[in-house]
Amino acid sequence: MSVFSRGFRGRRQEGPPGRVPPGQYLVDDFPVLSAGPTPETPVEEWTFTITGDVDAPRQWSWEEFLALPSETITTDIHCVTRWSKLDTVWEGVSVDTLLEGVDTSAEYVLAFCDGGYTTNLPLEDVTDGKAWVAVSYDGEPLEAEHGAPARLLVPHLYLWKSAKWIRGLQLLAEDESGFWEALGYHDRGDPWQEQRHWGD
Amino acid sequence: MDSDLTLDGNLTLDGNAAAGVLAEVFVSECTTAMTRCDACGAVEMVGALKAYVQAPGTVLRCRHCESVLMRVVRGAGSCWVDVRGLTWMQFSVATPGRSSGADAV
Amino acid sequence: MGRLSWQPATVTDAFAETPQVRTLELDVTGWTGHLPGQHVDVRLTADDGYQAARSYSIASAPEEKGPRLTVERIDAGEVSPYLVDELRTGDRIEVRGPIGGFFVWHAGLGGPVLLLAGGAGIVPLAAMLRHRVASGSDAAVRLIYSSRSLGEVIYREELDRLATHEGVDVVHTLTREQPAGWRGFGRRVDRELLAEAAWPASSSPLTYVCGPTAFVEKVAGSLVQLGYDPRTIRTERFGPTGR
Ligand SMILES: Cc1cc2nc3c(=O)[nH]c(=O)nc-3n(C[C@H](O)[C@H](O)[C@H](O)COP(=O)(O)OP(=O)(O)OC[C@H]3O[C@@H](n4cnc5c(N)ncnc54)[C@H](O)[C@@H]3O)c2cc1C
Repeated sequence: MSVFSRGFRGRRQEGPPGRVPPGQYLVDDFPVLSAGPTPETPVEEWTFTITGDVDAPRQWSWEEFLALPSETITTDIHCVTRWSKLDTVWEGVSVDTLLEGVDTSAEYVLAFCDGGYTTNLPLEDVTDGKAWVAVSYDGEPLEAEHGAPARLLVPHLYLWKSAKWIRGLQLLAEDESGFWEALGYHDRGDPWQEQRHWGD
Repeated sequence: MDSDLTLDGNLTLDGNAAAGVLAEVFVSECTTAMTRCDACGAVEMVGALKAYVQAPGTVLRCRHCESVLMRVVRGAGSCWVDVRGLTWMQFSVATPGRSSGADAV
Repeated sequence: MGRLSWQPATVTDAFAETPQVRTLELDVTGWTGHLPGQHVDVRLTADDGYQAARSYSIASAPEEKGPRLTVERIDAGEVSPYLVDELRTGDRIEVRGPIGGFFVWHAGLGGPVLLLAGGAGIVPLAAMLRHRVASGSDAAVRLIYSSRSLGEVIYREELDRLATHEGVDVVHTLTREQPAGWRGFGRRVDRELLAEAAWPASSSPLTYVCGPTAFVEKVAGSLVQLGYDPRTIRTERFGPTGR
């Protein structure tokens, strides 16, 4: 039983009906979450790799990556720490583009990142126009604390799946838990079903 | 704010800031427990580790090599603790064969 | 000591320290005392169940009525403006604590003790100073306290009084604005200031550093450069807020 604090509202706003998943609250700013030091990989050393269960690994340098066809994405994002942000604008390369022509029987992917962070997803949650590797936010290159130079963007799942500082995707036949999924966080993380923790 | 510090540096706290979540699950005071980093061997008190609390869970890292030492995740009705990054933890306990009165000194 | 959970607390008094800072005196159900330097977690709950929690150091000495907390208003912050501007005597909040055995000094640990505070970082260090005097300890204690201006010095008159006790020194530095005729320091706590105002590393003081993260990093780094043993330096980072 909690004690209510007279007049306390917190930093929250009302959202338009139907836009904010259960248990989420709107914010205007873009909170920075951080579980470790911010990696600072220079773009000259950065590559993006598709590995694992594939006919042949693929790799792009930063320059090659920027030459891929990119899309502008306007979407709502939902963090498991209970804030949501509406109509965020990103630019990035669709994961469909990155997997084009890749021959695989894998059903899962593990996104891996500078700094050692990982997150796992079913392949079908990152294909068919559902996920991007974003390089810009709100018309500007990503900021270091928001994942520069590139982050995954999987807006229909909680934001811990949108791994910052991403370096590649490992395609897997069997699901393998990522950094948070191995310690209490839900394997899939659908905000509309409040899949926050194991067993939700 | 000092300009030579990155924003990320500013988000770091001391392990002591994790005392509250730890005290919810451990009966012993945790911040004065000694730990050994399994990666680099550094021995430090929990209170002196680097704490990241602005995240889905609390992450305690080694001040020397940045390895993840402990992670604590709080859910509705459950709390998960991962100590894979540690070789051991050492807690102070009552000395065997003496009364607790003597230990309290 | 058992596992800790949230306890209801009633505000029994609230008063301004500076225009940005307020002290709250609490009556906490089942409070069994604390050690100087410990903190509590404070949790606020909105009427629809939304919750926010933050840590606050205990300002009072164990010998005093309390516990008391001293909170600095962080503009655009979620919790501190509520605690500083909204909360009134008789209101209830929840606290979990006292917690933390690491950033603690009590008379039994002896001296010399070196305390380094930036802004609101004075709060747990003031609890140590008050305890030093209230307990009749003779440990030598020196506080070096950095504030932006004289008007922002928290507990100013009380610190002046504490400094009249034998073995207690208080050194102020004002980093932005110094009044005419100011005789304390007028710059940030850096290596040179420490070399001048702190005890030498050779006296092996127990050292406590507290304040905004940037302040703590700078001061702890300077102490190590000056030859202080890192194992005798205890730090409490308050986060990105502050100066
Ligand atoms: C152990 C401990 C003891 C403490 N003791 C005291 C005390 O005695 N007195 C005291 O006044 N304070 C103390 N603090 C600090 C306190 O816990 C709060 O952090 C402070 O009051 C600010 O909370 P808030 O909700 O008002 O601000 P928040 O809503 O948390 O935000 C404050 C400001 O910091 C910025 N910020 C916060 N988090 C981030 C982030 N992740 N990324 C980027 N910017 C960010 C925000 O933009 C905002 O401007 C202590 C902290 C710790 C860890």
